Amino acid sequence: MVGMALPQVAPVETPEIEEVPAADRPWVTIVWDDPVNLMSYVTWVFQKLFGYSKEKAEQLMMDVHTKGKAVVSSGARERMEMDANQLHGYGLWATVDRA
Amino acid sequence: MFRRSGGHCVATFAHDEVRVLRKVAGEVVGLLTDGMDHTDPVVTRLFPDIYPDRPEDSQEFRLYTEGDLKTGKIDQAGAILAALPDEGEGEVRLDGEAAEAWLRAINDARLAMGTRLDIQADTDLADELDDAVLHDPGSSRVFQLSVYAYLGYLQESLLNALPEIK
Repeated sequence: MVGMALPQVAPVETPEIEEVPAADRPWVTIVWDDPVNLMSYVTWVFQKLFGYSKEKAEQLMMDVHTKGKAVVSSGARERMEMDANQLHGYGLWATVDRA
Repeated sequence: MFRRSGGHCVATFAHDEVRVLRKVAGEVVGLLTDGMDHTDPVVTRLFPDIYPDRPEDSQEFRLYTEGDLKTGKIDQAGAILAALPDEGEGEVRLDGEAAEAWLRAINDARLAMGTRLDIQADTDLADELDDAVLHDPGSSRVFQLSVYAYLGYLQESLLNALPEIK
């Protein structure tokens, strides 16, 4: 029998975290909780609009419901504005912000 | 209420339901066409500011997008009016596209009514309705609350009647 050698643990250098300038950070679309929209409808919209799986859409919907808001997409500013605008078409309360 | 039938979502509406749905969809169209009042909380809810902390950016964005958004909402309310029988009871059969328009339009109507009725996260609809009936069974609030509740059930039934999204 051969004993298992302890894995060689090399000291890990902590990478220096560089602060990303605000202007280079991506943008996000945020959906806010509201007292009218049905949970099942919000899940359906996330699936329909973003092509998210049912599991992911339900998780996002629960985040909106329990935490009051959730980031539903992120990327270039124009893209986020388009997402928020489409969400308004579905009656969801969406805003755009820097990530 | 809607059910699935073949590739369609199908519902049979009684005379009163047809009348209520026509009224509700007509009111949404009216709200959107009679020169919208941006201080009206219903309009604020249907067309939220995209940048809550930057009114100027929101306003600029609104300038480019609100027209299309409004047209879309009028069209989806129109899809309800187009599918309903002119009067009396009748069956409604919706394909995928029409079902989506109905879902969105019912949602707009619920948002408008929910805002007017001051529905909050902790509002218990059954309690609200009981209170309103006790106060005055013939009041407009009783009618509005019943319609609001009805639209919620109708929307849920339509969601359940849709084919599963893959």
